Amino acid sequence: MTVGRTTFKQLHLQGVRREFDAFTALKGLDLTIERGEFIALLGPSGCGKTTALNCIAGLLPVSGGRIMLDDRRVDTLRPEERGFGMVFQNYALFPHMTVRRNIGFGLRMRGVPKPELDKRVDAALAAVRLESQAEKLPGQLSGGQQQRVAIARAIVVEPPLVLMDEPLSNLDAKLRLEMRQEIRRIHQSLGSTTVYVTHDQEEALSLADRIVVLRDGAIRQVGTPAELYALPAHLDVADFMGFRNRVDGQLVGMEGEDALLDIEGTVIRGRMRAAMPGKAAVAAIRPDDLGPTDDGQGIPVRVEAVEYRGRGFHGVGVTASGTELHFASPRPLERGATIRLGADADRVLVFGDAR
Amino acid sequence: MQKSVMSRLWVFAVWAVIGLFLVNLMGLIASVVTSSVATRWLGTWLPAGFTTRWYFAAWDEFQLDDVLWVTFQAVGAVVVLSGLLGVPAAYALARREFPAKRAVMLLLLLPLLVPPITYGIPLATVLYKAGLGGTLTGVILANLVPTVPFVVLVMIPFIEQIDPRTEAAARVFGANIFQMFVHVLVPMLMPGVLAALLLVLVRTIGMFELTFLVSGPGSQTLVVALYYAVFASGVRAVQSIDAMAVLYMATTLVWLIIALRFVNPTQIVGRGKRSVT
Amino acid sequence: MSAVIERRAEGPTLRQRLAARGLDGATLLVLPCVALILGLFIYPFLYGLVLSFEPKDGSLFGNYVRFFSEPFLYGTIVKTLRLAFPVTLLNLLIAIPIAFRVRLLRRQRLLTTLLVLPITLGTVLVAEGMLFYFGPQGWFNRALMAVGLLSTPVSVLNGYWGVFISLVLTGFPFTFLLTLSYVTGIDPSLENAAATLGAGPAARFREIFLPLLVPGLAITFCLSFVQAYSVLPSAVLVGDPANATRVISIAAYQAAFEEYDYSMASAIAMIMGAVQLLVVVAALGCRSLFYRGPAAGAKG
Repeated sequence: MTVGRTTFKQLHLQGVRREFDAFTALKGLDLTIERGEFIALLGPSGCGKTTALNCIAGLLPVSGGRIMLDDRRVDTLRPEERGFGMVFQNYALFPHMTVRRNIGFGLRMRGVPKPELDKRVDAALAAVRLESQAEKLPGQLSGGQQQRVAIARAIVVEPPLVLMDEPLSNLDAKLRLEMRQEIRRIHQSLGSTTVYVTHDQEEALSLADRIVVLRDGAIRQVGTPAELYALPAHLDVADFMGFRNRVDGQLVGMEGEDALLDIEGTVIRGRMRAAMPGKAAVAAIRPDDLGPTDDGQGIPVRVEAVEYRGRGFHGVGVTASGTELHFASPRPLERGATIRLGADADRVLVFGDAR
Repeated sequence: MQKSVMSRLWVFAVWAVIGLFLVNLMGLIASVVTSSVATRWLGTWLPAGFTTRWYFAAWDEFQLDDVLWVTFQAVGAVVVLSGLLGVPAAYALARREFPAKRAVMLLLLLPLLVPPITYGIPLATVLYKAGLGGTLTGVILANLVPTVPFVVLVMIPFIEQIDPRTEAAARVFGANIFQMFVHVLVPMLMPGVLAALLLVLVRTIGMFELTFLVSGPGSQTLVVALYYAVFASGVRAVQSIDAMAVLYMATTLVWLIIALRFVNPTQIVGRGKRSVT
Repeated sequence: MSAVIERRAEGPTLRQRLAARGLDGATLLVLPCVALILGLFIYPFLYGLVLSFEPKDGSLFGNYVRFFSEPFLYGTIVKTLRLAFPVTLLNLLIAIPIAFRVRLLRRQRLLTTLLVLPITLGTVLVAEGMLFYFGPQGWFNRALMAVGLLSTPVSVLNGYWGVFISLVLTGFPFTFLLTLSYVTGIDPSLENAAATLGAGPAARFREIFLPLLVPGLAITFCLSFVQAYSVLPSAVLVGDPANATRVISIAAYQAAFEEYDYSMASAIAMIMGAVQLLVVVAALGCRSLFYRGPAAGAKG
């Protein structure tokens, strides 16, 4: 009764909608996922990323649209008929089964004969390096080990698609880094297709082949990590990619590639993303790209706070109108001093006013 | 996600059982209510006429003013004493680790696991020997046996979820244990105490077995008086017994409705379940 | 009381040493409660136990010998178990599927509130209502005759089935609410995980829910059994207290308050407690064969 097919070319989401009573969690999602890809669904909580994942898994029925595996429609199938593997945020390990039985569960449900089942479970245990823990109950394992069992349980059935719902959010920072590498390694060694939900842009950037940024139930941008990091198409996406400084200004003109933005009387240069000349616009700059200038150019600010950050200093300055700017400085600064802050033109993104 | 015929049938069967249960339950309650306001009701769907006189009759025949007064005193005393004894004990058990703690927990669990009839008979024997059998004091003492452990077991998880640092802060600012209890803990515990005591109230009004075994002619609560009335039916008009039953139902329901504003229905049965697991 | 603690060079004060073991002013708060249970539960129980070995005829085991030699007395155990076992099992078997259905409802409160009603009304009122409702002229018989299911009224009162029905009416809500709290205590993501791994509804119940529920169901069984087992009012009011539904609590009550033989009554109460203990131990013994831990995954 399961799909039973472990290969496919493309997974298509076609206008997938999901409504909860009056609330629309997904506003018609269109996305094509290629076989073997690692896709991250990135967004803040409530953006619909987990809803999207649950719709793909079949745990939530879609309110509209279709999900196609090549030319086969799968959104009408029950979760147990889709044959996808899923890793849950709280692991959802069966507490009454040993690690071995947990991992073998999917194979048993598929009626795999015992000798083959044992062989495949052993291989999965080896893949997540848990051979010595096979006879323990999940409650006796550490968080990282539980997570590895959850991953092994999902991949042992060799599913066409592996779905992961914030699998690292319950782990501490060090373990998170380790598991990130582990997930990447497993994905590459198995060549499986993975859809990975996260709200952590670092996780998405380091793991994914392509990132899908979701906001309010709609896709904001789809692209490779490098594309999204360098040139976010939307202010929300920039927000997620670490453009912490957002400064309001007026777009006063263009000069070649550069957009000229008037910020409190100072004109700075930036890359035009989506703005109209003569209109209000917002400049988005990463703190690391903003620093004190020596040539008398830049936005004047009063230094409010300076913190030592190892490689350099992190400062907070306030402009004449009260906007806070975060910046990096190679040298310590006096609190209360007035300095000018500037950034390279290709590090400043100019967006139309979001409001 | 299409549903098969089998699963539809299954869902239907489950709801049918729920429906059957509720229909019979409501029919049963409605029978009592209807009978209590019936003039004559023999061999028909509905009685010949309606009247309220059975309520006055019941009030006189069963001395309901006395019975209600006894019920009020007994239930009031049980509620207050359970709170005074149970809440501090729950505090000690929730906050301190001491050598005999497991033994104390087991001791408190026993009266909830043994049915009232089983320990009620030796308890009644002892109370009669002590001269308390058949008195209001005896009724109150007997009813405390299940209610105090109940309050303790309901309150322990409630106290555990209050951050101990709040109390530590009060101590640091110079409050002694008593002041800390009165000014810090009691206000924070109030919702839990209220819920626990309301449950005690509902359970004590309905507690038949213990009161039945211990009470005498002057110390019967409403539910025991009702039992005797039904037991000796034939002596009085059926309708006046039903009128009394309706009065009993009304007393219980009023408090049940109040209680349900504060507690989850499962709490009414979930006595000590947490500690058993 | 001042919070100043005298510091002595020799080491901690007695108070500090006691406090280190968890004994301080707050711990003493448990004493009144313990005293109450010791005085009103443990002492009467022990008193009853001793009293049961002091029968009127002077022999040590006179009461127990008498109980197990008179069918009128030992038969009550069988009669009680014949009522309590089927009722408890039936209640549990109905409660499980219903709890699984109700678990999915978003508005459970109305239903659970309706079901709490018979628990708070108690056995006496339910028995009183049954006399009417199930009587030969009651609505139950009338309705069944009106739709043609019956030709003559069926008599359930004054016998085994009367008590059986009253125990289901008062016992089912109790069993159901306990079961529901166990069923809803299982992390729903476990079911989702099983579904994505290819388990259909039947397999999910067999492999996930049942093993996780058994410990809770064993406890539910015990608590429900205790309720049904100690039935007194309905056995008298809607049963046949002289014969078919002469349950053990009636025998104990009669010995105490009709024959004024407190020694015999205590003996019967002890036997009653012992039988109940056996059933509870057996049920909990089955439970220990299963997994017993948090059913909510890692969170506990």
